[in-house]
Amino acid sequence: MTKRQMYMKMLLSSLLRRRSRMTVALLAIAIGATVLLGMTTICYDIPRQMGREFRSYGANMVFVAAGGETMLSLSDVDRAAALLPRESLVGVTPYRYKTVRSNMQPYTLVGTRFEQVRKTSPWWKVSGAWPTTGTEILIGSDVAEFARLSPGRTIAISGTNAKGARFSREMTILGVVRTGGVEDDFLFMDLTALEELAGDAGRVELAEVSVAMNAAGLSALSALIQREVPTIAPRLVKRVTQSETSVLSRLQALVYLVTLVVLVLTMICVATTMMTVVMERRKEIGLKKALGAENRSIVAEFLGEGVCLGLGGGLLGVAFGWLFAQTISVNVFGRAISFNIYLVPATLAASIIVTGAACLIPIRSATEVEPALVLRGE
Amino acid sequence: MEKTTENILEIRDVSMIYGQVKALQNIDLTVRKGEWLAIMGPSGSGKTTMMNIIGCMDKPSSGSVILDGREISGMSSRALTEMRRDRIGLIFQQFHLISYLTALENVMVAQYYHSMIDEAEALQALERVGLKDRAKHLPHQLSGGEQQRVCIARALINYPRLILADEPTGNLDEANERIVLDLLRRLHAEGSTIIVVTHSPEVAEYAEKTIVLEHGRIARTTRNAD
Repeated sequence: MTKRQMYMKMLLSSLLRRRSRMTVALLAIAIGATVLLGMTTICYDIPRQMGREFRSYGANMVFVAAGGETMLSLSDVDRAAALLPRESLVGVTPYRYKTVRSNMQPYTLVGTRFEQVRKTSPWWKVSGAWPTTGTEILIGSDVAEFARLSPGRTIAISGTNAKGARFSREMTILGVVRTGGVEDDFLFMDLTALEELAGDAGRVELAEVSVAMNAAGLSALSALIQREVPTIAPRLVKRVTQSETSVLSRLQALVYLVTLVVLVLTMICVATTMMTVVMERRKEIGLKKALGAENRSIVAEFLGEGVCLGLGGGLLGVAFGWLFAQTISVNVFGRAISFNIYLVPATLAASIIVTGAACLIPIRSATEVEPALVLRGE
Repeated sequence: MEKTTENILEIRDVSMIYGQVKALQNIDLTVRKGEWLAIMGPSGSGKTTMMNIIGCMDKPSSGSVILDGREISGMSSRALTEMRRDRIGLIFQQFHLISYLTALENVMVAQYYHSMIDEAEALQALERVGLKDRAKHLPHQLSGGEQQRVCIARALINYPRLILADEPTGNLDEANERIVLDLLRRLHAEGSTIIVVTHSPEVAEYAEKTIVLEHGRIARTTRNAD
C-alpha cells in the first residue's frame, strides 16, 4: 500500500465510519449547493421565461415606412418578419387605417389580422366574440357607448375607395373591445375585407411586432431589418423594452443576493460543524501528532475531508438543485426549465471552495492541538 | 551533532516551571540503552511532565536533555516531532486507537507518518502481540487488553530506540495486565529500552530501576532484583 492509498483509506474511513457527524456537514453543503444550482439555473433561464411573460405587455417593436413614406407593403413586412428568430417571435400584427362614416358620424376603421392581435395585444378585453369573417366587426367601447351599439346588432359603414367610388356595407357587431387607449374609439375588421372595400391591397400604415428578447437583442434585430429591408424603419417601443430590462436585472440581482446569503449561511454551518468535528477529535489529532504527524499532514487530512464533503454535497446539490429549479419553473412560469450543463462544474467548484474556506478556521485550530494532550488523559 | 554513548537518555539539572508551579526541580537521570526504568510517584509529583519532556512533547524550562545522543531541550517543535517519530514508541493508558480504523490500519498509521507503508510488516507486528486474527477489527470490537496490544504493536512498528509507556496496564484487568507485561518483558529481553510511568508497584517490579518522584524531585532510586 502506498502512502497516497493510505491517505485515501484514512480519509474515506473517517467519512464513512463517522456517518452521523459527516451527514450533518454533508446536508449543510448539499442544501447550499441545491440553492446555488437551483437559483443560478433560474437566473439563467429568467430572461427566456420572463421574456414570454413580458410579451403580455404588448408589442416591443413597430414597423413603419422608411424614407418619408406613409405606407409600407405587406410583402416587406413578411420579409422583415422572416428575419426574426422563429422561437422568439410572438406575433406580427399589421394595421391599416381608413376613415368611414356611420349615421353621418366619422369613425376610424382599422383593418387587421385578429389572430395576430390576440398574440401581440393580449390585454384587449373583448365583450362578445372576435370576428372571424369579413362581414363581422369589433367596435371600441367608446363607440358602443356613443352610438348605443352592442354585440349582435348591425352597423352600416360607408366611405370612398382608392378610385374615388363610394362604398357602403352593413356589418354585424360581434364584440366590443375595451383597452383604455385609442382603440376604444375605433372600429376593427379583417384586413383582407377592408382591402376589398378600399380597392387597394397589400399596403398598411404600420405593423406591431412582439419578440421575446431583451433590449440589446431587439436593437441588433432592428439594425438587421434596416439593412436587409430598407423600406421598413423598425422602431423599438422603449417604454416596454427598458422596463423589461429593468425588471429582469432587478430580479436577477435579487436571485444573486439570495444565493450569496445562502452561500454565507452554508459556510457558517459547515465551519461550525467542522469546528465541532475538530473539538471531538482533539485527542485523535494529539495522538497523530504524538505519533509524529506534522502540521501539514493534519491540514491535508482535514482539508481532504472538507474537499470530499464539498464534492459529495455538491453532487447532491446538483441533483436536488435541478429538481428545485424545475419545480419552481413549472409552478411559477408554467413551463420546463432549460438546464445549463456548465452550471454543474461551477456548482461543484463552488461547493468545494466554500467548504474548503469554511474548514480553514477549524483546521488552524487542529494544528494548535498539543501532542501532550494524549498523555494527560483529558 | 550526535554523540556516541551507551546512554539512551541523559537528563541534567532539568526544571519545569508553569507560572508559580515548579513541576520538576533539578532532575538528574540517566537511562542506559536496553534498560527498563519505572517512574513512580503520587498524582501531581511531576510524572506526566517528565513523560512529556522525555517523549519530545514539551521542552524543559531549564537544564539539558540528551536523547539518543541529541540535545533536545533547545529543539524546534518540528525537530521534536521528527525525534518523536523516529526514536520513540508511545504506549498509552487509554490506548488511543483511531476509532474509524481497523487494528491493522492503526498500526499502519504510525508507518504512514514515519516513512513507508508495509502491510505485511504491520501484520507481523500484530502477530507478535498475538492479534493477527483480529487485524480487520475496529477498536470497539476489541477488548481493552487487545486494544492495548494493538497500541504496543503500533509503538513497535518503526523500531523505536525508546519505548515510553504511560500506565500501560492502568485500564486492564489482571489477566490482560499479565499479557501486556509479558510482552514488555519480551521486548526488553530483545534489547528494547523501556520507560514506564506507573502507580502500580507490581508493574514497577518488572523494571530494572525505579525512581520515585515527589513534589517534582526524585525522592529515591531503587534497583530491582532480577
